[in-house]
Amino acid sequence: MSHAGTKKIRWVNETPLSPIERTYIPLVLQGLTTTVRHLVSKKITLQFPEERYEPADPIIYRGVHRLNRDAQGRVKCVACFLCATACPARCIDIVAGESPWPDREKYPVHFTIDMLRCIFCGMCEEACPVNAIELTSLYDLCGKSREEMVFDKNKLLLIYDWTKDDEPPLMQIFEQEAIREEPPEETQSWAAPEHPPFDHVAEKAAEMYRRDSAG
Amino acid sequence: MAIALVDGIVVEFDEREKLNGIQLARRAGIEIPHYCWHPGLSVVASCRMCLVEVGKHEPTTGDIFFFPRLMPACNIPASDGIVLVTQSAKVQQARAMVQEDLLLRHPVDCPICDKAGECYLQDYYFKYGHKQRRTPWHPFTSRRKDIGEKITLFVDRCIMCSRCVRFTREISGSGELMIVDRGNEQVIDIFPGFPLNNKLSGNVVDLCPVGALGDKEFLYKQRVWYLRSHGSICIECATGCALWVDENQDRIWRIRPRENPFVNKWWICNDGRYAYPYIHSPQRLTTAARRSPDGWRPLNAKTLLQELSAFLQEKERWVAVLSPFLTVEEAYLLARVIRQADPRAPLVLGYVPRTGRDETFPGGFTIAAEKCPNRRGVEEVIGYFARDVRPIDELPQVIHRHGAEALWITGGCRHGWEPIPWLEEIRELKLPVVLQDIFPSPLSESSEFIIPGATFAEKPGSYVNRHHRLQMVRAAIRPPKGVLPEGKLLWQLEGREGPYDPAAVLQELAEDIVYFRAALGPIPETGVDLRVNLLANSATDASNGPAAESMTIDS
Ligand code: SF4
Ligand code: SF4
Ligand code: SF4
Ligand code: FES
Repeated sequence: MSHAGTKKIRWVNETPLSPIERTYIPLVLQGLTTTVRHLVSKKITLQFPEERYEPADPIIYRGVHRLNRDAQGRVKCVACFLCATACPARCIDIVAGESPWPDREKYPVHFTIDMLRCIFCGMCEEACPVNAIELTSLYDLCGKSREEMVFDKNKLLLIYDWTKDDEPPLMQIFEQEAIREEPPEETQSWAAPEHPPFDHVAEKAAEMYRRDSAG
Repeated sequence: MAIALVDGIVVEFDEREKLNGIQLARRAGIEIPHYCWHPGLSVVASCRMCLVEVGKHEPTTGDIFFFPRLMPACNIPASDGIVLVTQSAKVQQARAMVQEDLLLRHPVDCPICDKAGECYLQDYYFKYGHKQRRTPWHPFTSRRKDIGEKITLFVDRCIMCSRCVRFTREISGSGELMIVDRGNEQVIDIFPGFPLNNKLSGNVVDLCPVGALGDKEFLYKQRVWYLRSHGSICIECATGCALWVDENQDRIWRIRPRENPFVNKWWICNDGRYAYPYIHSPQRLTTAARRSPDGWRPLNAKTLLQELSAFLQEKERWVAVLSPFLTVEEAYLLARVIRQADPRAPLVLGYVPRTGRDETFPGGFTIAAEKCPNRRGVEEVIGYFARDVRPIDELPQVIHRHGAEALWITGGCRHGWEPIPWLEEIRELKLPVVLQDIFPSPLSESSEFIIPGATFAEKPGSYVNRHHRLQMVRAAIRPPKGVLPEGKLLWQLEGREGPYDPAAVLQELAEDIVYFRAALGPIPETGVDLRVNLLANSATDASNGPAAESMTIDS
């Protein structure tokens, strides 16, 4: 055969075992040393649940979800379905409706996550345009039935209340960092505008006009 | 034939077609972005999204002379020797600038906007906009105003294309919408006390290129990317407008017009648009059943089939009522099944609901007074078998004359039956009735068999509208559990093999019935005009002129 690949094949013969090796004692000893080393070395197994694992960075850990609240304590979610669209496990189920509040348009009437189907990939968190859904560092979730593991809006808001002090919403962290860097001129949120929306455009135009007429 | 050059592609066209630059470019397979131009409305050339470079080929010298400025393609009549350049740097820059300008004052509240996903502003921004926004980004919630029973206006999302205004002036002719204020402050509005409540108002939602006009029935119910659209037709009146049925997991969320230049152009009326919730009504009949001494005995698909065919053979004299809500194929199959059981069985045309008179709008759109989709088709099928189309009011006489032993009645109207004058007579005669219908009624309570029927969205088949146009539709959703689409059941009753195939039935009946001859072969999306044959027939029999014509006149 003149196939180019054939030349790359090199045949190796198994080296024959020496008489000592044939007793297998050296190999058994070699294996036992590993066992003994682990017996005496520092333990790395956690005795859960007596001992608990603490995530190194709870902010980026991907555990149970929570639904954040806005400044007025209402659910921050605007029911855009982007998380449900991004979710590869199709476990988010939202029923949207017109919000009862004058300053908001749309809100989730129902919002459920099936925790048994969720694969904790965090895509929902990444998709959310208003940072309303976040994965917390809670990881030991359990329930007595399948129904119990379908978390509804109230439960998800409750998780926010539990975790918000230890794990502030990411947006809040960003905002604080932004304050340190520069005054918060633009906040990205779909809450009602507190200032008339086009002010900056008008101001800029006025400024340009002043400059033009001065020069 | 005139010749144009679009981005170097030669396009041949006829100047009498009165194309504009956008349509001309489409012939070359090039899409020129546009907002304000709509094929069904007048041209205003106000959005400037369609700017292109326009030149003229000078046949004497062979030179191409370009206009110094960019021109709106929507307002450029296609003439011989015209040259369009749609991709040059100049054009691209103009488009990006238009996009930038529109987004200066736009709320960018896409996450809560129902149009997101099918919004021109979004799509064009990604295709033609600047890669980076130069002004600060400041999303806010759009102001909202209720402008009609069905329509709500998101004031700040509007890009002032004025399509909606032109629609109410030119098509519905009611002129409710207008532009108030100037420049930056320009908004769409209604005159106080004159809301947008005309019967075509739903169309403004579809033609708005952005999410400024919202449909209250659909508002916040679904995101459009979850919906799957299925071509269908409207059964609310004899016009038979082409529709898109938008469905998600067998639930219909929205009905939209489907373009059909021969029937409804780009529009549908609100009656057809908002009728669909009955399809998901919990009141619908969903169990087949047979009367027994101790109440109703439910039947499954298999037992129903057995008992029905036994019953068909048991009774010798049949009368069948063919509803105008049946598809052509179903009417044909039913006529065959009944004629098999009783070769001389009379066939009666079912209940034809009518309200008021035809309503024609200034734009030419007509809502027919006859509120059923297929009177013509069913009449022609009956005419083929029985030569004599009897209206349902004459049912008692027909029964008496034929000495009927059993009745097969088909319904399918979502409003049920009008007061049924002949119901008492049937009851007195103790005639067993086989009823296919979608809702319970006094008739269903006194029948022998109840067979739950399917709605238009749940069954395939074709309908013939009042202008003799046959349109074929496919099922958009699966029928609810327990429902047996009429055609499927009749197909099995006739002992045919395999799954129900309306296309095959249509071919068969097109061969049998002269009226349907034009439906031989594949049916295009826009349907076929069956009059082609009528004209041919009347031409061969010149003395028969008036009679042939009377068939085409609407009653
Ligand atoms: S973490 Fe992943 S799987 Fe779980 S809800 Fe979010 S997107 Fe879906
Ligand atoms: S992406 Fe965020 S705002 Fe949108 S539905 Fe999900 S949680 Fe709500
Ligand atoms: S509401 Fe829609 S259709 Fe009407 S002018 Fe504004 S963008 Fe155009
Ligand atoms: S589409 Fe031509 S200017 Fe608007």
